[in-house]
Amino acid sequence: MTDVTNGTPVLETRGLTRHFRIGGVRGRTLHAVDSVDLRLDEREIVALVGESGSGKSTVARLLAMVYQPTSGSILFRGRPLTELRSRRDVLAYRGQVPMVFQDPFSSLNPAHTIDYVMTRGLKLHQPGLTRAEREAEAERVLETVGLVPARQTLAKYPHEMSGGQRQRVSFAQALSYQPKLILADEPVSMLDVSIRVGLLNLMARLRDDEGVSVLYITHDIASARYVSDRVVVMYAGHIVESGPSEDVLHGPVHPYTRLLLSAVPDPRAPIAISSAEIAEPPRVIEPGEGCRFRSRCPLAIELCARVTPQLRTSSPGHQAACHVTVPQEPES
Amino acid sequence: MADAILDVREISVDYLTRGSPARAVDHVSFELRPGEFLGIVGESGCGKSTLLFAIAQLLSPPAQITGGEVIFKGTNMVELREKALRAIRWRDYSVVMQSAMNALNPVKTIGAQYADAMRAHQKISKDAILERSREVFALVGIDPVHLRSFPHQLSGGMRQRAMIAMALLFSPDLIVMDEPTSALDVVAQRALMVQIKELQRELGFAIIFVTHDMSLVSHFSDRLAVMYAGRFAELGPTREVFASPMHPYTVGLFDAFPSVNGPKVYIGGIPGAPPDLAALPGGCSFAPRCPRAMALCTGGEPEFYQVAERRVRCFRHGPEGGDGD
Amino acid sequence: MSTGVIGFRRPRLDRLKAGATGNLARAIGGNRKALVGLIVLAIFVLLALFPGVLAHDNPNAEIYKRSAGPSAAHLFGTTSYGQDIFSQWVFGTRESLVIAVVAGGLATVLSVIIGVSAAYRGGFADGVLSLFTDVFLVIPAFPLVVIIAAYSKNGGNTILIAVLVVTGWSYGARQLRSQALSLRSRDFLVAARVRGERTWRIIVFEILPTMTSLIVANFLGAAVYAVLAAAGLQFIGLGNPDSMSWGTMLFWAENNEALQAGSPLWAIAPGIGIALLGGAFSLLNYAFDEIANPALRPVRQARRERG
Repeated sequence: MTDVTNGTPVLETRGLTRHFRIGGVRGRTLHAVDSVDLRLDEREIVALVGESGSGKSTVARLLAMVYQPTSGSILFRGRPLTELRSRRDVLAYRGQVPMVFQDPFSSLNPAHTIDYVMTRGLKLHQPGLTRAEREAEAERVLETVGLVPARQTLAKYPHEMSGGQRQRVSFAQALSYQPKLILADEPVSMLDVSIRVGLLNLMARLRDDEGVSVLYITHDIASARYVSDRVVVMYAGHIVESGPSEDVLHGPVHPYTRLLLSAVPDPRAPIAISSAEIAEPPRVIEPGEGCRFRSRCPLAIELCARVTPQLRTSSPGHQAACHVTVPQEPES
Repeated sequence: MADAILDVREISVDYLTRGSPARAVDHVSFELRPGEFLGIVGESGCGKSTLLFAIAQLLSPPAQITGGEVIFKGTNMVELREKALRAIRWRDYSVVMQSAMNALNPVKTIGAQYADAMRAHQKISKDAILERSREVFALVGIDPVHLRSFPHQLSGGMRQRAMIAMALLFSPDLIVMDEPTSALDVVAQRALMVQIKELQRELGFAIIFVTHDMSLVSHFSDRLAVMYAGRFAELGPTREVFASPMHPYTVGLFDAFPSVNGPKVYIGGIPGAPPDLAALPGGCSFAPRCPRAMALCTGGEPEFYQVAERRVRCFRHGPEGGDGD
Repeated sequence: MSTGVIGFRRPRLDRLKAGATGNLARAIGGNRKALVGLIVLAIFVLLALFPGVLAHDNPNAEIYKRSAGPSAAHLFGTTSYGQDIFSQWVFGTRESLVIAVVAGGLATVLSVIIGVSAAYRGGFADGVLSLFTDVFLVIPAFPLVVIIAAYSKNGGNTILIAVLVVTGWSYGARQLRSQALSLRSRDFLVAARVRGERTWRIIVFEILPTMTSLIVANFLGAAVYAVLAAAGLQFIGLGNPDSMSWGTMLFWAENNEALQAGSPLWAIAPGIGIALLGGAFSLLNYAFDEIANPALRPVRQARRERG
């Protein structure tokens, strides 16, 4: 189950679960995330891929301490987050694991200049700096993300900048905390196609030059492949497959991953209009045991309805949770 | 084109803002054959949605058609008054919007909305309404029990299909679609596109499909138009445009899609940003960002040159430029 | 990402919300109704500050011929005590205006604190605060006043303002809570939380700045309420009947049956003053409608171009 890496992972989750109560008084439970074991190491970009309802955004918010887990644990450099009691501890964590949001039009407060947002971030996470040092640092990170001239950018309001520029500001802010890992929740989904690639390249540069890991959450497999070292595929709250990007995307094991890949329009691929599934990812309300993909799965067997498949290794570093493609070794 | 069902001639749309008006659509012309699938592709702010709304006569202030004609089945729709427009709306052409939740009435059942639409255009009995509603539901693959559902009770994909079904009520000759799949997930998008194409083959209507996702429309459209800063940069048969894009913007856009199957290569993207439509640079509107710009490009505006089956708005493919290498 | 028909570039909306003074000046200057309201308000402010400029007589001096009709010497005539009504009217502007602004302002502050906190805290805190708000929304002002009047011995204007604030804050609190609720899930608020900001800082520095136009509109509404309600309360004797304000003029006019006794302007003049002041605040509100809802603006522009 372990990857071949050395040292403590930057962030690790064990059995991470988050349920929501819905429906008011009658109170049914929505299983947004169930038993997720995730591992993020230094200097890597991991793509968390899934469609809506897969739980990927909830995972991000759990890692950002926006929600508390229903059960399971999150370990930052080996220490569980539950040990963070004081405001100072929590603040330190937030500085090490900041988040970049999806919507460039609503993730920056329209009433404040970029200078305000950068200053607030630095005051909170690098409190020892003098005013001059803060300004210098703000300019440095803005230049790192490609917003030059930095001084002019600081004076601007969000509405004076394009979507791509605003997302760069968000990355700059995260970078100014000197983080170990940036949680990027669909950072390019709302940007124009020709702008997206610039930000993906920025994320790669942050990994290479600044040594920052990135958890890249997306529904777009093509961009996941372009920028990430490893891919984790989620479906209906579970991880169904994970492994090095090239392995997973060119040799998908789980039937859902295969379905996802077949649905990705690639203009360079030959024309093949296949009959695709019309069904959609389920809202996971009190699902019970069994594989959650079974109702759409062409390979489903009887076992799939009874037992929830666990992640098993299909090749080094590559795991999938499927009774059919990665069956459990029979007890001899 | 002899038997064109839609003939758009030099249509222009301005947004009347506080300063100078912004020209969102600048003298766009094209023709559409019956049963043809035309994809219009472009990034945000290029004017594709505005163009679509102009064709469907759905613009409201501050947007205004400031020139040109939209000749649909022989009649210039720009000149028609509201009453005449209402007569042909939904019967001869219909519209599918980006988000069903915004287009459908949230407090009425789907069936009731279909009934409204049908009764607005003809005297029709309750039985006939029910029968037609079931028919269109069958066309898109929704169980007729959902005629009594409210929009929020359906999943996203089903809602979009319900909207498409509604657009089919009168078997129109033209359906215009504004990014109808962008609110859906990848698999549902694929399924919906396949379905739309099958319906088109079956029923024979023409489609104008506006999207920012080139790859989505690449397998389904007959012709493709690439739009930039209010004008068509390139127009031609889809397969050809993909096999050998001619306009540098098309090339840049095409390259900006990372591929899943091919080799992993570094992508640079297109530098700069789209121009401010209220203050366009003189000359070709793409020249400031174009890797193949020449001195000629800042001097004047290129025409929409014809090159075999295609049209390209680029000096490099015109008589003066070196022939696009 | 697609921006639809109107507002072809989304950033335009944000520019208006940024609320610089330039925007304010433009919004008021460009809106005829608001401009009228501003002018009327300015006139009243001048009268309040420099009453002696226009009214030469001492409003309290009971030296003139009683119940005289309007004339050159007494523009509005005299009261049955022999006071010049016009002077009373002009001098009364100050107190009426002060009551309106102070009561309106305090009510707004209370609305903001309770409404926005309820929305941001959510859950149990929201439940408690909302219940509290609803209770006050339902309490009728006049019976409350009767009860208070029975227990206070000539509390004067302090009691008056207190009553106005207590009865006037709840409506605004509901409105502001709704607005703040709609903002709650906006990414920049989650971003502020993830950045590590404290709750009070988020409310004061992140939420409130984006709600300034609604808060100001709320203040104007509360001021209108205060003007009208104060007049009503003073009319029935609350507040200090010996002070000089429009409401007290109405009180004394009623006590002396002014309408029947031949000096109708004693009642009518303050009535018109109250209406004009309330109207001025209301008209100003139109400018803030526009700032908050930019869709109103371009339409006007188009009409002007064509016409």
